[in-house]
Amino acid sequence: MSYIDIVPIGELDETLLLFLRQSIFQTFKIQSRVRHCRFDLSPVYDPVRNQYNSSGLLLQLISDTPPETLKILGVTELDLFIPIFTFLFGEAQLNGIGALVSTHRLHNQFYGIPENKELLKNRLLKESIHELGHTFGLIHCFALKCVMKSSTYVEEIDQKSINFCRVCEQKIIHW
Amino acid sequence: MNNQGVGILVVDDEFSVRDSLYNWFKTEGYRTDTAENGMEALKKLQENPWDIVLLDIKMPGMDGVELQRHIKKIDNTIVVIMITAYATVDTAVETMKEGAYDYLSKPVDPDKLSILIRNAVSQRRLMAENIQLRQKVEELSLQDEIVGESPQIKKILEMVDTVAKTDATVLIRGESGTGKELVAQAIHGKSNRRYFPIISINCGAFPEGLLESELFGHEKGAFTGAQYKRKGKLEMANGGTIFFDEIGNITTKMQMDLLRVIEAKQFTPLGSNKVVNVDFRIVAATNSDLEKKVSEQDFREDLYYRLNVFSIQIPPLRERTADIALIARHFLEKYARSMNKAVTDISPEAMKMLTEYNWPGNIRELRNTIERALVVVGKKNRIESEDLNLLFLSRANPPGNSLEEMEKAHIQRILEQSDWNISRSAETLKIDRVTLYNKIKKYGLQR
Repeated sequence: MSYIDIVPIGELDETLLLFLRQSIFQTFKIQSRVRHCRFDLSPVYDPVRNQYNSSGLLLQLISDTPPETLKILGVTELDLFIPIFTFLFGEAQLNGIGALVSTHRLHNQFYGIPENKELLKNRLLKESIHELGHTFGLIHCFALKCVMKSSTYVEEIDQKSINFCRVCEQKIIHW
Repeated sequence: MNNQGVGILVVDDEFSVRDSLYNWFKTEGYRTDTAENGMEALKKLQENPWDIVLLDIKMPGMDGVELQRHIKKIDNTIVVIMITAYATVDTAVETMKEGAYDYLSKPVDPDKLSILIRNAVSQRRLMAENIQLRQKVEELSLQDEIVGESPQIKKILEMVDTVAKTDATVLIRGESGTGKELVAQAIHGKSNRRYFPIISINCGAFPEGLLESELFGHEKGAFTGAQYKRKGKLEMANGGTIFFDEIGNITTKMQMDLLRVIEAKQFTPLGSNKVVNVDFRIVAATNSDLEKKVSEQDFREDLYYRLNVFSIQIPPLRERTADIALIARHFLEKYARSMNKAVTDISPEAMKMLTEYNWPGNIRELRNTIERALVVVGKKNRIESEDLNLLFLSRANPPGNSLEEMEKAHIQRILEQSDWNISRSAETLKIDRVTLYNKIKKYGLQR
C-alpha cells in the first residue's frame, strides 16, 4: 500500500495533524499517515533573516523515504524562505515526492488580528492540497476558486476553495 | 489567459536564486530555463525565443548591465527585469534608462514578483499585438490597388513613392472617376503617417455652413440643432492625412478659413473659444480647372499655391487604353471573389468592346460595368459581350458627326476586321495601299 506521509517538523497541534490526515485522504483518495522524523534545523536557519531555508528543509524531508511512501507532506510552524523570496507559505517538488507547508503566516495573529482556529485549519488544508498538487504535476491554475490558484498573500488563500477545478481534477485522476 | 508559451530565462550566478526562481516559474506554468553567466545566457537566447529575462546585475565576467545591451541588440522587445541587491539599486535604476522594464531587490516579496511578471507578460503581449497590427497596416496600405502597366501609371506610382515620404501638400488632378482618392490613399499608406487615420471630406457635398461644422467641429448649442459637442474632421485627422476631394467647389469664405488652418495648423471649433492645435498632411483633389478659377477670381490664388506644392495629374482611362484589359481583369477577380462567382475570364469579343470604348466615367465606370456584368453573367464562367450593358454598347466609341470623324472610325473598323491586313483593307475600302497608309498616318490609327 502507498501512503501520503504527513511529517511534522517541530511542535505541532496533534488535532491539526489528524484533521489533515482525514482531509487529504478525502481529496486524493490515497491513505495518509503521520510519520515522525528527526530534523537538524541549524544548517537551514538564517540568523539574519530569522527564517528557515525551505529548500534545505525539503531536502532533509525527502531523505530516507520509506518504500511505501508515495508523497511526503512536511508541516511546520517555522517561518520559511528561499533566498530570492522574503517568505513562503510552502514549497513542493513539481512532479516530485516532497512538499512542505508552514503555518507561520497562516495564523491571524501574525497579522495582528484575533486568532481563528477554524480559519487556520482551512488555510492549512488548502495550502497542503496545493503543494501536494504540485507533486502530482499540477501547475498554478487561473480558475478563481481552484485550490491550485497561486496565493502570494493570505487573503488569496481565503478566496480560493479546497477543491480542484474540473481541469486540475482530471489531471489528478489521470496521474 | 494562461502562461504556457511564455518563456522566462533566469540569469544569476547564485545557484539558490536560479534554482528557486526556476521552480517558482515552473509551478506558475511558464517555460523556464536558467543561465549561470552572460555567455551561457547569450547562447540560450540564440537557441530559443524568450519573452522575459531576469538578470542579476552583479555577475563575474559579463555583468547584467552589459548583458542587457547584448539582449536588446538580439531582440529589442524582450522584457528585461534586473535583479539586484540593495547596494546596486542605483545601477538598476540606470539600467531602466537603457530599456530594462523594472528591477527586483533581493529578497523579493512573492506577491511583488507575481504582479511584476504578470504585468511584464501583458506588456510583451501588447507589444507583440502592436507589431502584428503594424504589419497588418503595412500590408493593407501597401496593397497595390492602383492597377496598370502603362508608362503614365508607372510614372504616377513613382511620383506617389517620392512624395509619400515627404510632408508636402499634394494636389491630385484628373477627371471624375480616374481614382484620385486611391492615389491619396496610396500616398498616405506609404507615408510615415500611415498608423494615423486618413480622413476624407468631399467639399462638393456640403452646403457652406455644414462644411464648416464638418471640418472644424462644434460645441453643444453652437447653432440650432447642435445638440452635442462634435469633433471636426480636421481634429480627427490629427497625426494623419486629410483628403479634400473636389477642393475647387468650396466657397470664398471657406477658402479663407482653410488657408488660415493650413498656415497656422490650428483652428477654433464653432461655438468654442478654445484653439485646437492639429498636425496633418493635406492631400487635395479636383477635376476643375483651378488656374481658370484663379484667373476669374473664383479661387484664392494664395490657397491655390498652398495646395499646388506637388501636383499629380491622372490621365483619363481613354488615354491609357493599354491598361483597360488589366484593370478589367482586376475588377473581375475582385468582384467574382466577393460575389462568390466562378467567373474567371472575359471573352475576346467582350474585351475588344471594353478596350474600344472611350470611358467618359473612367475607372469608376469600368468597375461598375464589370460588377454589373458579373450580376447578369448567370452560370457562365466568363463574361461575354452580351453581358455588357446596352447603354455601354450604344455608347462604344461613338464617332463624331463630321465627315473626317466618320472616315476615321470607318477605316479603323475595316482595319480591325482584317486584322490590320493593309492590302485586304485597301481592297474593301476601294482605295490603293498608299492612300490607306496616308490615312492611317493622318488619323494616327494604331493597332
